[in-house]
This record gives sequence, C-alpha cells and structure tokens, in this order.
Amino acid sequence: MSANKPAKILLLVTVLTIALSGCSGKNKDSSPAGPAEAEKSEPVYGGSVTVGITQDLDGLDPHKAISAGTKEVLFNIFEGLVKFDADGDLNPAAAESYDISDDGMTYTFTLREGVRFHDGSPVTVEDVVYSIKRSAGMLEPKDPAIVTESALLIISDVVATGERTVEIRLKQADTELLPYLTLAIVPKDYAELDTKPIGTGPFKFVSYTPLQSIVLEKNEAYYIEGVPYLDRVTFKISSGTDAAFMELQAGSIDILPYITDAQASHLPKGYHLEAGPMNLIQALFINNKVPPFDNKLVRQALCHAVDRQAVIDMVSGGRGKVIGTNMYPGFKKYYDESLVNVYPYNPEKARELLKEAGYEKGFEFTITVPSNYQPHIDAAQVIVEQLKQVGITAKIRLIEWSSWLSDVYRGRKYETTLVGLAAELSPGRALSRFRSSAQNNFVNYSNPEFDALYSQGETETKEEKKTELYRQMQAMLTNDAVAVFIQDPYQLTAVSDKLGGYTHYPIYVQDMSLVYYKKGMLPD
Amino acid sequence: MQPGKNKHDFNYILGLSITSLVLLVVLTGFFYTPYDPNKMDAALRNSPPSLLHLFGTDNFGRDILSRVMKGAGTTYIIAVSIVFVGASLGTIVGALTGYFGGWFDEAIMRLNDVLTSFPSILLALVFVSVFGPGSYNIILALGIIFVPSYARVVRSEFIVLKERDFVKNAKLMGAGNFRIMFVHILPNTGRVLIPSLLIGFNNAVLAEAGLSFLGLGVQPPQASLGRMLSEAQGYLLDSPWYAIAPGVMIILTVLGFSLISGGLANEK
Repeated sequence: MSANKPAKILLLVTVLTIALSGCSGKNKDSSPAGPAEAEKSEPVYGGSVTVGITQDLDGLDPHKAISAGTKEVLFNIFEGLVKFDADGDLNPAAAESYDISDDGMTYTFTLREGVRFHDGSPVTVEDVVYSIKRSAGMLEPKDPAIVTESALLIISDVVATGERTVEIRLKQADTELLPYLTLAIVPKDYAELDTKPIGTGPFKFVSYTPLQSIVLEKNEAYYIEGVPYLDRVTFKISSGTDAAFMELQAGSIDILPYITDAQASHLPKGYHLEAGPMNLIQALFINNKVPPFDNKLVRQALCHAVDRQAVIDMVSGGRGKVIGTNMYPGFKKYYDESLVNVYPYNPEKARELLKEAGYEKGFEFTITVPSNYQPHIDAAQVIVEQLKQVGITAKIRLIEWSSWLSDVYRGRKYETTLVGLAAELSPGRALSRFRSSAQNNFVNYSNPEFDALYSQGETETKEEKKTELYRQMQAMLTNDAVAVFIQDPYQLTAVSDKLGGYTHYPIYVQDMSLVYYKKGMLPD
Repeated sequence: MQPGKNKHDFNYILGLSITSLVLLVVLTGFFYTPYDPNKMDAALRNSPPSLLHLFGTDNFGRDILSRVMKGAGTTYIIAVSIVFVGASLGTIVGALTGYFGGWFDEAIMRLNDVLTSFPSILLALVFVSVFGPGSYNIILALGIIFVPSYARVVRSEFIVLKERDFVKNAKLMGAGNFRIMFVHILPNTGRVLIPSLLIGFNNAVLAEAGLSFLGLGVQPPQASLGRMLSEAQGYLLDSPWYAIAPGVMIILTVLGFSLISGGLANEK
C-alpha cells in the first residue's frame, strides 16, 4: 500500500459524502417505486435518451480523469480487461479469461476475439500493454497529466506473451489488483484521446460541448449480443442539482441521478424513482484507543443503544439499508447480511453492558461531525437523543471538513465521529483500513487476529477462500464493535416511465447500455 | 434623555411593545416550554402548525414553538454577551484614546481601522476556524469585532467632553485621570452609548444567526434562531413553517430594538 493511498480515499470520501449531503429526510410515503412494473414490458431497440449530470467533465482521456462525475460517463465509452457488473462482480470484458498465479505475482489475460475499437480496428495485445503501462505511469516519457491509481504502482512489468495473451507481473504478491484492471483499454499511441476518445465500450463518442453536453451513439460492433438498446445517449450538463431538476420538470431530461429527498417528493408526472444503495458506509466511528471506548463492552453498549432503523427513518425517510459491518451491501458476494442482527436495538442490554463495564451512571462524550454534511449532522442529532435513554450524554461538535481531515482522519484526535466512507473498488480495500498498521486506520483498531486474516487474504488466490476470509474479517469487526455501523443510504434516480433497465451499480457509474424504451413507448 | 419622558414618540412605544412581547416569550422559554425542545418523534416529522404544535414540527418531529422559545433565549444570551464584551472593551479603548489623544490615539485608532476594514463575518469565520466553533468562541469572536464601533463612538464623545468645564474643574480639584475618565466623563456618554448598545444588540443577534446558519455557531442539537434557520433551509418548499417561526422571531427582535433606539434618538 503506497503512501498516497489515504489521499485517494479522502478524495473518494469527499466526492461521495457530497453526494450524500443531498439527501435529507422527508415523507415516507413516496417510497421508491420498484422496477417491478418497468420489467413487465419488453424492451425495444432504438431511441435516444438524455441523462442529466450536474458537473462538467474534467477531460475525456480516461487515464487522466479524476472526478467520479467524469468516470461515470466514460464508463459507457471505455472498457478494461475486466468490467464490473451490477452485483459488484468482475466479468471479463476485453479479455475473455484470466488466471492469477498461485503465488499472486503474475496475472495472465487471454484477449477476447473480435473486440474492436470504435474506429473498427481490432484490439491487439500491444494496445493492452500500452494502455496498462500508460495508466500505471510506466511509459517513457511520462505524461504528468495521467492519474495513476496507487494500486497500480505494484505492477513491475506488462508483457505480451503471445498473439492473444498478456502477462502482468507484480513487484509483490497482490490478489486485489483485478478491480483496478478495469482501467480503460485505448488504441496504442493514439494522440487524440482528449478530444476524440476511442474505446471498446457499448457507446461511441460523438461530440462534447463543454458546459453543455456530451453525446454518444450506439456501438454496433459491441461484443455483447443485443446490447446496447439505445441509438443515442446525451449527457446534458446542468449547473447544479436544482437546475437539472428544473429541466427534468420541463421534460428535457429522461434520467436524473442523485436527486435529493425533497426533489424526490416533487417528482413530475411520467417519472418514477429508482433507488439503490449509495455504497457509502455511514457509521458512528469510534476511536478505539480513547477511554471509555477502549473497553469493548462500552462500544457494544453503544451499538445496542442506537436504533439504526429509527435513524434512517428520521434522517432520510427510511431510504437506506441498515448495515452491521464495514462492507457495502452492493458487493453481494462478500457482504455478510447476518451481521445486521448482532446488535439489535436494546437499551436494557446496553445498560447492562455499561454496568458490567463500570459505567453504570453513564458518561459523556463528543461526536465530531463535518459541518458541511447535513445528513451526518442529522443522524448525529438522532443518536444524541437515543443515547439519552441509556444515560449517555453525547455532545455534537461540528468542524470544518479540512479540520476533520487533519484532526480526526489523520490526527486521530477525537472520541467518535459520524461520517460516511465511500466505496472502494475492491472489497478487500474496504477492510484494509482496520489493520493495526494501516495509515488510514483512523478508528485505531488493533487486533492481531484481524491483521493475520488480512495478510492471508492478500495472497489468497482462490475466490471462495478469499470470500470466506472477508466474511470472517467482517464478523470480527462487528463483534469487536469497532464502530456503530448505521446504514448504506439509498441514492435516488428519477427515470422516465418510458424507460426500463436502469441499473444501480456498487460503483459510481451510469450504465446506459442496459437502458431501453419499453414497447410502444418509443417516441418517433 | 430618560426613556419615557417623552410619552408620545410612536416609534418608541411600538418598539417597546414588540420588544416586551418578544422578551416575554423568551423569558418564559427559560422556565417553561410546551414540549421538550429536543424531543424527537418520527411520527410527527414535518407536521404543519396545529393546535397541539402551534408552529408545527421540524424534520425530527420536534416542536418548533418550544425550539423557538429556547433557541431565542440562546441567541439572546449570546447577543448580550457579545455586546457586553464589545462594549466594555470598546469603551475602554475609546476612553483612553479620546482622553489622552496624541500618538497613542493615532496608533490605536489605525489598528481600529484595520479591524473595521475586514468584513466582520469573514473575520469571525477565521476566528472560529482557528479556535473551533461553539457558543463561547462566537461570543469572543464577535465581541472583538464589535470593539471598533464602540471605541469610535466613545472616543468622539470623550474628545468633546474632555474640553468641558466640569472636566477642567475636576482636574483643578486634583482628580486623577482615571477618575475623571470613568466617573466624570463616562456617565455623560450615555446619550450616544445606549442607542448604540441597542443597535449593537441587533447586529449581534443577526451575526449569531449568520454564523449559526453557516454551521459555526451553536452546536446541534441545541437550538438557536440561526441554527434553526440553517436546518430549515432544506425544507423551505415542503415545510415553510419551519423557517418562518425563527425568521419572524429575528425580525421582531431587530425591529423592536431598532424602533426603540430610533425613538430614543427622536426624543432629544
């Protein structure tokens, strides 16, 4: 794990908590309309769709883009060797199969036959080698504008070992690299990525007008049969969520992701809500080294004393999924649902535990919350009220985001803090912060057993065994009550009733390849 | 000069009635509120004004009337403290500079100008981000920002008054500088000091509301008028009553005190 990893995480935390800050509570009755009725009608091909986005792109070169808002659009143009699906699993994309050596040092990919770039040229091993090296910053001369994921720094070499095979060699064993090989495959030495991006994804680039829109059209030669459905997709750039929502009300936008709770209750006719987990772990994180929280019983008491469902009901009108551990429910394979029930809401039990720990009369502590995130502030207020029931007096301290980063996240000078941690590409990285030695272990959790499990997981190449290890680690975090895990809030997307197939991903993308017009709904 | 001597100034009477009404509500709030201002109830989220909840409830189902009563109290205590800090420091500075004059006066007043030249909210923001948010820190931050205006007012009075005969007499009788300043001159500055205290109180209420609105003042779940407005902004369209109650309270407070100080000025 390299040194600038925390910085990356911070960036993600920032971006996603900003997304969260949109949702603040309102009526329960306008609960998300499920896709059930949408699926009744069969898809037809053709048509064009306008998606509202609220920030301009920071570039079209997939290896240079930083903002999540850009990546979610480019997801439709570019693909990597592997690609995420809606369950958070990785499927082969430009590659048809892969193999990780038992020592975890070498990844071998076999390219899929018949994958073509949007200009018609076939994808060769040279293109793949070039793309990976470019993204990993291994090309000479180095382009300073390229943003390299720190996880890629572990690559020592990329070699074409055959007509259709590519070998990625690592400096040290790492079985968690795969999610980062979703990096875009681009044509070798193609100089116009910034202006005329060419990829292998389901949509081709047509045009981009800064501050206005980016237009994509169907890639007829896409290797998956029958996808995409739409002929044309326009991402329309609005100056903000309010402006975008006004355009939605005016009918000029068909799909608008990340709408706020208040907007959701004013949805115009002809649109419905699609809700999916935001992949943000909202939790009351506890500094495990500060008394009285160095006592596990106290932390467990806290978990029993917080009614998580009530927090969700109060703060976001029930739009969120209760979680019990530090894993995103979106990663279906790894997420352990049963951990939700380890600490049911039970003030009696909480009082007993406090008594056992010697805090029969309760105690006082501070919840530090970044002042710019209203949903976190709201959740903290509800928790303060709930803790009163068991005799614990909690005080809220609002601090600026930058002081939160320096004092709480890096300095670890806090008692508890209520924030959201954004999704990582790989489930293993979501757990990595709880290693005793991790730089970003801001909860000061230290458990040698956990560390041992983690290093075992790092080198484990068998998927089933790995999944098992991840589940054990999750359970350990829950049993040790490292934090009061609250929820994965829902993100809400307004979708026109004419459309079907809109899918929420556990990563920050808008996949348009699955969206279609329902039969009889296609405008002429 | 005594308030009430002139019974016919309309502004003064109107201001006094508004202020008494507001003060009555706030004072009651210290001893009694219809509900616990922090009590949440999921079933009552964002319910409109009704007989049970005269001003409706907020997004946590808390009674807005109770929160306004408690919150206005918090705001007032902070505002009074700010004025106290600002006015006492300002009076001392103004008295010293006005009385002694010379290079000392020049130096301090230029410092004063520097302080005035910063937008006050910006200065408060800097202060709060260095020392952390919370009621005590905003009292200090805003108090210091209020110093220059009082210093200026008191200084100009002192410059005029120190040439008057009663001051000269006192000097001849051998009174010390500090006795002259604070026993002889200061009581005579009341004519300008009292209205500026009232206006200062208004500004302090607004400043507290501003800072809390920005999330830097009073910490949740404690209520203050600014804090409530800040929380209400997300619900302006759906539950306007949430913003209206604290908003009206601020308006009435400021209006009342403005009318009183305007009335006082007219009475001369």
